[in-house]
Amino acid sequence: MSKKNTAPRLGNASNSIGSLLASLTCILVGLVIGFIALLVLGWITMAQDGNAVSLGQMLQKTWNSGFKAILSGGFYSTANAMGMGVRTEILQAAPLIMTGLSVAFAFKTGLFNIGAAGQYTVGAYFALYAAIVLKLPWWACLIASALGGAIWGAIPGVFKAFLNVNEVITSIMFNWIGLYAVNTLIYQGGTGAMYNTNTTKTYTIKQASPESLLPTFNIQVGGKDYFGAIFLPTIGIFVAIVAAVLIWVVLNKTTFGYELKACGHNKNAAKYAGINDKKNIVLSMTIAGALAGLGAGLFYLSGSKEWEPLVSTALPAAGFNGISVALLASSNPIGCIFSALFIAHITVGGGFMDASIFPSEVSDIISGVVIYLCAFSLLFKSGILKMFQRQGKARKAAPSAEENGKEREA
Amino acid sequence: MWLLLKYTLLYASVLALVALGGMFSERSGVINIALEGIMVIGGLMGVVIINILNAAGVPVFLGVLLTILISGLAGTVYSSLLAFSSVNLKADQTIGGTALNLLATALAVVIAKRINGTDSPKISYNANTNKVLNNLNFSFQIGPLTLNWFIVVAVIALVAAWFILYRTRFGMRLMACGEHPQAADSVGINVYKMRWCGVLISGFLGGIGGVAYIVPAVGDWNFEMGVAGMGFLALAVMIFGQWKPLGIAAAALFFAVFRAMANIFDSIAFLNALNWPKEIYNMMPFIASMVVLAFTSKKSRAPKAEGVPYDKGSR
Repeated sequence: MSKKNTAPRLGNASNSIGSLLASLTCILVGLVIGFIALLVLGWITMAQDGNAVSLGQMLQKTWNSGFKAILSGGFYSTANAMGMGVRTEILQAAPLIMTGLSVAFAFKTGLFNIGAAGQYTVGAYFALYAAIVLKLPWWACLIASALGGAIWGAIPGVFKAFLNVNEVITSIMFNWIGLYAVNTLIYQGGTGAMYNTNTTKTYTIKQASPESLLPTFNIQVGGKDYFGAIFLPTIGIFVAIVAAVLIWVVLNKTTFGYELKACGHNKNAAKYAGINDKKNIVLSMTIAGALAGLGAGLFYLSGSKEWEPLVSTALPAAGFNGISVALLASSNPIGCIFSALFIAHITVGGGFMDASIFPSEVSDIISGVVIYLCAFSLLFKSGILKMFQRQGKARKAAPSAEENGKEREA
Repeated sequence: MWLLLKYTLLYASVLALVALGGMFSERSGVINIALEGIMVIGGLMGVVIINILNAAGVPVFLGVLLTILISGLAGTVYSSLLAFSSVNLKADQTIGGTALNLLATALAVVIAKRINGTDSPKISYNANTNKVLNNLNFSFQIGPLTLNWFIVVAVIALVAAWFILYRTRFGMRLMACGEHPQAADSVGINVYKMRWCGVLISGFLGGIGGVAYIVPAVGDWNFEMGVAGMGFLALAVMIFGQWKPLGIAAAALFFAVFRAMANIFDSIAFLNALNWPKEIYNMMPFIASMVVLAFTSKKSRAPKAEGVPYDKGSR
């Protein structure tokens, strides 16, 4: 009971500071565990070589060829690949913001959208179809990707609202159905319209339909173009940021958003207040799906990667990393932008480690640990809130005594 | 036909083992969505142990037994992370489980790559690489039918699960904790302890299920794909089986037929004539589970208190 009472009294400001500090704690612990993992990996490699190693040497090696890369990966830059790290990071961050928003939006309405990976997959198919086969302009392809995701998101919503099947189970099943369906549709026994038999991937959008590629941009640093001419970032990141702001507005400033949140807080109370809970469940899953699908559009329409139907046996990581993004941001749409940048940062960094010693998946371990910690970050948060409360009380105690004094004087 | 039976029994044993594990966890009141991750860890450990035992040259029977036990223990250890977060820290069980699924695949890939010393997350344990202990040692023949030891383990687990759940004090107490933990606590049952037990049992069975899925069917495994959704299918089996051992056994057989078709459709004449791509068959168990859940969920009776962290203070 006490927890429920304190939150509103403390107000939004200290509540969100509490969330922020809790998230930072999660990140810090995650990084420490990542460092330990790297240390162990380094130790194993050195022990295999049969050399006696001192702890100092090991720490140095782990730091230089492993952890430093993870921390600074997103800022990686060479003379002929200027701004490469930053470009890769914002390229990956754009879909992550979207899948993070997808999960966060569903969370706010009381649903757990574990299906962002499947919605992302179907969104990618719609985007690629619109681009390679229909040769539509980029904005139409983006709408197509959102549509694909929306359809795939609506299904678990319908199952939940009308058939009483838990959305977690449905989403998981439709993740796999979506993956296999997309692989089949693209490959079609080697005859698929988008399938390039020479590369065993889909045709590059650059060849098939250049107008479907997202526009690129460059920035000036010290009078020079920051990004080398071959590596230009796309406007995807700005689309994602605009989407985050829009979702924030919808959730916090509109009646529609209020109704969705009311359903999430207490379904029965919302029903009693005349809100159609079934419609809202389907709608919020549809919107969540559209967000994840749009994320896939932002990634695949940047032309940096093609779909490989024969080797895509695992669900896209962007979908599941969306869960980390949303949890780290405490489901705050604006927070998703920053947490997505963080996850993209360590993922890009993972790829820059010395691969002969440190597999790049160490960064996945870090984000896995971060979600695990986020699951009980409420614990951190309530601890931090208690700290605030104690300070608040101490501050309040003094002026109230003064006020009492004044009253008496009067 | 024998081939269909072989693969059906193989996958039924996997699904039954893992779903029984899930049943113990959920009957104690903890949603175990981490089954997929537990299977990955169990499978990885099993494969690693097979290679270690092969190098050590242990007798085949002992090797098989140790592999099963150690992979089960690996699953148990991994599931303790779920128990700790959901019982002691009262964390959201679905999120904790999801985290463990992601963590398991990442861990498995990193460990597999380190073992290989290359960038490949594929580990082999077939007759070509392993002379003493390999995947074929886990199977045996009865006439024209190939069976494997995990089927035996699954049958034992099924009987034991039924007996433990319905005929022992422990089982009754476990179920009480999943239905009404407050009432259970009021008569002196330690809810935290029972929930820990439930999750750890699910870890043990899930770990064995992981190695049962990976080892008898193929001779090498790419850990990048985890266990391809088998743990989630086991969850559907558990729901379809209504959290009861016998129901789970029947549901496991039903789903296993669909899963087995993906392996053998090209050797069955009329399926081969349809000329469908393999992916359709891969999809089938998932579609089947959705159809089944759509029809049964309205009547579905899950343990009442599952997913709700038990707080002694709020009794």
